[in-house]
Amino acid sequence: MITNADFLALEGNPGNFTAKLNIRPRYIDADLCTACGLCTQYCPKHHVDPYNEGLSITRPIHIDYAQAVPATYYIDPSSCMYIQHETCQICVPVCQSHAIDFSQKPETRELTIGAVILSPGFGKIAPETLEKYNYGKHPDVVTAFEFERMTNASGPFLGEIKCFSDGRHPKSIAFIQCVGSRDLGCDNGYCSSVCCMYAIKEALVTKEHDPEVDITIYYMDIRTQGKDFDAARERAEAIGVKFIRAKVADVTPWENHLKLTYSTFDGQHKFDSHDMVVLSVGLESPKDAKGIAKATDIELNKYDFCQTETFSPLQTSQEGIIVAGAFQGPKDIPESGTQSSGAATLASIILKNQRGKGTESKEYPEEITVSDDEDVRIGVFVCHCGINVSSVVDCPEVAKDAGKMDNVTYYTESLYACSQDAQEQIKQTIKDQKLNRVVIAACSPRTHEPLFQETLKDAGLNRNLFEMVNIRDHCSWVHANEPEAATDKSKDLVRMGVSKAARIQPLPEQTVPVIPKALILGGGIAGMTVALSLADQGFESVLVEKSSSIGGNLQNLKNTLAGETVASFLKNLTMKVTKSPKIDVVTDAALTQSSGFIGNFNSIIESGKEKKKEQSVDHGVIVIATGGHEHRPDLYQLGKSKKVVTQKELETKLAGRAKNRAPNSIVMIQCAGSRGEDLNYCSKVCCNHAMKNILKIKEINPESQIIVLYRDIRTYGFAEDAYLDARKKGVVFIPYEVDRKPVVSTQGTKVQVDFFDSIMQEDVSMTPDLVTLSVGLVPDGTEELSKMLKLPVTSNGFFLEAHVKLRPVEAAVDGIYLCGLAHAPKPIEETIVQAQAAAAKAAIPLVKGFVTVDPIVSSVEQDDCIGCGLCTSLCPYGAIIMEKVGKKRKAKTISASCKACGICASHCPTFAISMGGFTNEQLISQIEAFGNKTVEEKVEA
Amino acid sequence: MSDKSFSPKILGFLCNWCCYAAADAAGVSRFQYPPNLRTVRVMCTGRVDPSFILKGFLEGADAIFTGG
Repeated sequence: MITNADFLALEGNPGNFTAKLNIRPRYIDADLCTACGLCTQYCPKHHVDPYNEGLSITRPIHIDYAQAVPATYYIDPSSCMYIQHETCQICVPVCQSHAIDFSQKPETRELTIGAVILSPGFGKIAPETLEKYNYGKHPDVVTAFEFERMTNASGPFLGEIKCFSDGRHPKSIAFIQCVGSRDLGCDNGYCSSVCCMYAIKEALVTKEHDPEVDITIYYMDIRTQGKDFDAARERAEAIGVKFIRAKVADVTPWENHLKLTYSTFDGQHKFDSHDMVVLSVGLESPKDAKGIAKATDIELNKYDFCQTETFSPLQTSQEGIIVAGAFQGPKDIPESGTQSSGAATLASIILKNQRGKGTESKEYPEEITVSDDEDVRIGVFVCHCGINVSSVVDCPEVAKDAGKMDNVTYYTESLYACSQDAQEQIKQTIKDQKLNRVVIAACSPRTHEPLFQETLKDAGLNRNLFEMVNIRDHCSWVHANEPEAATDKSKDLVRMGVSKAARIQPLPEQTVPVIPKALILGGGIAGMTVALSLADQGFESVLVEKSSSIGGNLQNLKNTLAGETVASFLKNLTMKVTKSPKIDVVTDAALTQSSGFIGNFNSIIESGKEKKKEQSVDHGVIVIATGGHEHRPDLYQLGKSKKVVTQKELETKLAGRAKNRAPNSIVMIQCAGSRGEDLNYCSKVCCNHAMKNILKIKEINPESQIIVLYRDIRTYGFAEDAYLDARKKGVVFIPYEVDRKPVVSTQGTKVQVDFFDSIMQEDVSMTPDLVTLSVGLVPDGTEELSKMLKLPVTSNGFFLEAHVKLRPVEAAVDGIYLCGLAHAPKPIEETIVQAQAAAAKAAIPLVKGFVTVDPIVSSVEQDDCIGCGLCTSLCPYGAIIMEKVGKKRKAKTISASCKACGICASHCPTFAISMGGFTNEQLISQIEAFGNKTVEEKVEA
Repeated sequence: MSDKSFSPKILGFLCNWCCYAAADAAGVSRFQYPPNLRTVRVMCTGRVDPSFILKGFLEGADAIFTGG
């Protein structure tokens, strides 16, 4: 990982590029810095903190935020007194680990690489665009990014929301949407896709802080098209957040408030006052987009984002150069995460011949056997962490106290236990003192346990014979003004740690082999993309398709919104899939049975139309790409009148040759059956589908009069251009309210549409030649599959991912991955990316060839198990199964799937389940050490 | 016992993935809180057997905190 660096130039070809970088000096030796933060405390110079949007002050020597990677401080040369004026240097003697190095110079480095992934993120909307809302002039007009830092509990105001003008808590806050997006005034015609959702989130967070605060969101369309995002909007409405469909023209100071002038859709001009105005600013193309384009020769689109095609969404115009994240187009966290995994797949394909080359495996000494009857010999190491611990906690006292505890045969202190020399000392001490348990009282096991466990392994001890006590993050740092109490707490925590350590046992390292084959369910665009992505990396798969041919929904589509032809792409893709020797396509097939766990699944597939045959497949991973289909609601005369069709049917019609295929008068109804009717969600694709058909109609018959009745037009991202195009071509868009939906009726062969025109404020009745319904998408057969594979589904029947933001393509059960419509409704482009992402995740165990099991997983003592099955029913990961042992049912842990949560152990009525590293005995002894009762006291109790 | 002199002994069970991490973050941010808590790290609060809580009270805890 190279940080603090600029990308200068790229030469060469895919598979053999040379990238030139400029690495800026950090002025801190990353190997020596322990991120203790002392330097920042002593640095006398102020530095406006860009991480907090300039709302707070830090020091030139700092780290952006606590979780920054690498956890190494750096000096911003723009305000450092030594770099600017050759004075100060206070930090140099302050740093106990001598990490500060002002002799560092900028370095130019050349890297030989095979592929390039561009993920520079997004840029900021220019301040000039915000000026018309009085931003920069009135202190109570803030951007949503600033507001986000303000509401953040770890932000500059610890989550307290205040007006900058006079420090009062705002009682009324306005959010103005589409600032710098959908705004031709600043040449940003596109929709930034994320602002509606973040405004709702910020509104919800603000309401949590102060339920009384009045919040109004001024919007054009609420674009909560993401999975379950509409539910967040409903939640916001339910707790009183107001949504006003209006364009804000002006924000002016008015006494100590701000007056908003806005016009609503029915042509009225209104005023309202608020204490604070939050501008929902859009995502701009990255600042150096042009520079990147110049260095790599890639094409940009007209908004300076990376140009890509619908069928190859992560591929730039240059082979071997891949794009991911907001540079490809504005997007939110799950989409960005998905794209990054997808990009990894594309890069892995390019680099597959290099896989595994250049790696070195570390050798460890043979493990010393620690048996039960051996005396427990605990070594306690108390770390000062420079002065981070020792300035508050009396470390010598803590160490001395530890020395008096049972089983402690050695104790010492260390300036930095994590430093290289201290590690060597610990290793030597383990050997010299014949220690068989090690307790380190220092910082957090969450950051440092792996490092110390490595030290144990180097010394020949099992890495689990280790316990860490947190006397920094949980003690000296949070009780800085109470040294005595902090010392007492440290002693107690060490005693509890020592007591647990006396009862810990060596745990075996387990690995489980992986069968290098994937089972892919669904032969649509998602499943085919996964199969090809894996085949291109050298892995076999079985592609199970329920119908008689692969291709899925794509077979019904003619062209994309961008104008690409679907048929030729599909033909090419299916040909590649069917010809690939790595892909076994089984059609007319269904999964009837599946068992096993990551690396070792066995599935039964039934195939054939009349003569059914069964085949058994052993495979290491499962990818679910079972897709979905168009929902046909029993609404608006669909299926009753020939003049009422769906967008899909209209697309087919438009691609035909019939003379009247684009009639003179068409009414389209959006959200037909969606968002609260049959379906409780937004299907994400329908608005774009409508635009695609509208533009096609206008191409065939420019005279056609089209009226679109909608709730929110959700042409997010660059599809907004199509929406604008449609309006320019004279298409009329009229919003309708949920309680005043349009009514479609038939009179003979005629079809009549009655609706309330919210713009003209009058009832309208018309008899168009055609009514087109934008109906939603529903998943196929997720219910049965969810039962078979024990996977959770959402209330809308889509598979639930392991984490909606951070693990968007993994299922809760290890070794199972999701993509396409089975996960959520999404357009072709996003389906392809998600499939590539699922392939990336599925390839991880396939490439490794084994799954490593953390030794702290659960284990069942089958002699004690009464076979009640409580654990199996409670395990959230499907990691405990019931098996027959003789005539009895017994529980068994699938180690490879276990996440060590311990729910099974805490519920087992016979205490038959034990958690490695967190046994009942260990935890009870920790609790007893907490009580610290002497034997006599216990008797009394 | 007056409110002022009462300094309770609190035993906490902290989930490694959320509450323990939050306690780490509180430290990094130097948030100050009373020094009355003694913590036991577990991999999930689902690990907390009701008997641990009873045991905590028996051992003299004035309150038990579970964070998960």
